[in-house]
Amino acid sequence: MTTDANSSERQPDFGSLAQQARWQVIKTVTSSKAGHIGGPLSMMDLLVCLYFGELNIRPENPHWADRDRFILSKGHAAIGLYSVLALRGFLPIEELATFDHGDSRLQGHPDQTRLPGLDASTGSLGQGLSVGVGIALGAQLSGKGFHTWVMLGDGEIQEGMVWEAVQVAARYKLDNLTAIVDRNGLQQFGLPSSAETTQTDRGDRRDPWFGVDLAAVFQAFGWRVLEIDGHDYGQIQDAYRLARAGDFTRRPTVIIAHTVKGKGLSLAEGVHTWHSIVPSAEDFERARQELEPDEIDLLDSTSTFRTELQHDRHA
Amino acid sequence: MIAMRDVWGGKLVELGSADPRTVVLDADLANSTKADKFAKAHPGRFFQMGIGEQNLIGVAAGLAAVGYVPWTSSFTVFFTHRAVDPIRMLVAQSHANVKIVGSYSGLLVGAVGKTHLDIEDLAIMRAMPDIAVLVPADEVELLAMMDWAQAYEGPVYLRVVRDAVPDILDPGYTFVPGAVYPLRSGTDVALVSTGPQTGRVLAAHDQLAAHGISATVVHVPSLKPLDEDALRTVLQGHGLIVTTEEHSIYGGLGGLVAEVLTASGPAPRIERIGVNDMWGESASDDFLLNKHGLSPEKITVRVRRLLDLRVPAELDR
Repeated sequence: MTTDANSSERQPDFGSLAQQARWQVIKTVTSSKAGHIGGPLSMMDLLVCLYFGELNIRPENPHWADRDRFILSKGHAAIGLYSVLALRGFLPIEELATFDHGDSRLQGHPDQTRLPGLDASTGSLGQGLSVGVGIALGAQLSGKGFHTWVMLGDGEIQEGMVWEAVQVAARYKLDNLTAIVDRNGLQQFGLPSSAETTQTDRGDRRDPWFGVDLAAVFQAFGWRVLEIDGHDYGQIQDAYRLARAGDFTRRPTVIIAHTVKGKGLSLAEGVHTWHSIVPSAEDFERARQELEPDEIDLLDSTSTFRTELQHDRHA
Repeated sequence: MIAMRDVWGGKLVELGSADPRTVVLDADLANSTKADKFAKAHPGRFFQMGIGEQNLIGVAAGLAAVGYVPWTSSFTVFFTHRAVDPIRMLVAQSHANVKIVGSYSGLLVGAVGKTHLDIEDLAIMRAMPDIAVLVPADEVELLAMMDWAQAYEGPVYLRVVRDAVPDILDPGYTFVPGAVYPLRSGTDVALVSTGPQTGRVLAAHDQLAAHGISATVVHVPSLKPLDEDALRTVLQGHGLIVTTEEHSIYGGLGGLVAEVLTASGPAPRIERIGVNDMWGESASDDFLLNKHGLSPEKITVRVRRLLDLRVPAELDR
């Protein structure tokens, strides 16, 4: 039996990890002169909680058959995932510098044929949930107990294929499948604000789902809906635990996580032009002041945590 | 002779019995494609995706990722057009072990019209790296290709016609991916074809022979991979090559033969018979074969013209 004192000691410092991952995103995109920033930053707290607190995975054995599966359906946020995978021990931190380069394992969009640890290749939007449905269906068919997680963007779910997958997941009662919607309220360009949209606008842009009750839509399609603040670690962890525990009517779960696009970098927060941008030298300096951690200390603490976690899982 | 879709459905049942990894995903057409045979025999491994072919492909990729061997059931056109993006990213680019079966392929699919007649699938699928593109001529070849595809760990596109076709290959036939199959040896012209069109080409060969014209017949069942050297070798010495296919003359077998033969010095004359840059239509099989020059009689006339021979009036209808 673990005491509260022990478990709080073992609890990873999500805030520090997320800050370091965000800093890696900014650094990498700046040095590679390509990539996305807004989306990787908005989902970062969700991703860090997943990879350091929830997923049953073995970085040293990324093909382990019983691992939980994770699919980044919003594949343009790849650098966010690579940063977390690096912190979690799937690849050396230094390799992030190869992002978007020829022959790199870290392609502009996730390529599972190059990088172990990726459960799907994504990039053309709206397709990841279908793969998650297939994996969850396969797990059900073979009696495997792992859980499948799919991260979607709220702009991305405008794609019709997503709703084909939503129907089938409910029909086959895939309560071993959880979709997370990174509800940052912005897409690459979208529509400008107007007089009737100002209450829900982010900056000068309209919410992709303005006038639609997304939770009600998923519910109507037969899904269980959990709606949370996607930057509140307590809420995120609770939602993950509930999602994994399953649903007594065996509905798949969607976590609608309200987030801020560009979160963590004041310049970028809620600004749609930071969707895909290479920061200027001046902006990079501001990002350094806001985000640069004491890297040596943080790296030490994450590797210690990794060792403990692996020991825990293997025990 | 039994319909090719029945051959396919029956073989699926057999694969399902022999290999528990076999699963079938349908987009609400199983009673047309005859995947319903599998649904009846192995209901626990038959998945109804409803009318949503894009998601079907993604779910198939997911099932493949956890060790299953998914076969897909819908009409060709809905896969290679509606679902081309997930096929590209989730199957071909991901090297997923998914067997995409386009049923009701080619021109002879009943009176369905241009919407359902897929005359571009080979061009689309052949342009994609890392997916095998297979076009069986008859029952023997379809069964052999299905055995091969089941054992092969990777993406396959299999083009299956709806109806019965004449048997042209020996029961002892072995499918070798990339191989080309010379079926007749001649001197005046080489006829190259794929799928059940090869049966009509063999009939054209006999008609030409009756008029003293000696034709080589080469069957190309695997558009990708392709042993290009083997194709060049069997066509060597021929000054006139005629390709025929139930497909657009752009990008399918005709395009493939032209690419291969023009890549190595001076090429022979290459005539491509197929759908000449127009859409299909609702019509009988005979109407469509005649209109697009694919019947044995039309091929015979075309070849005689190409050889500068007089075409008797009774042949030229």
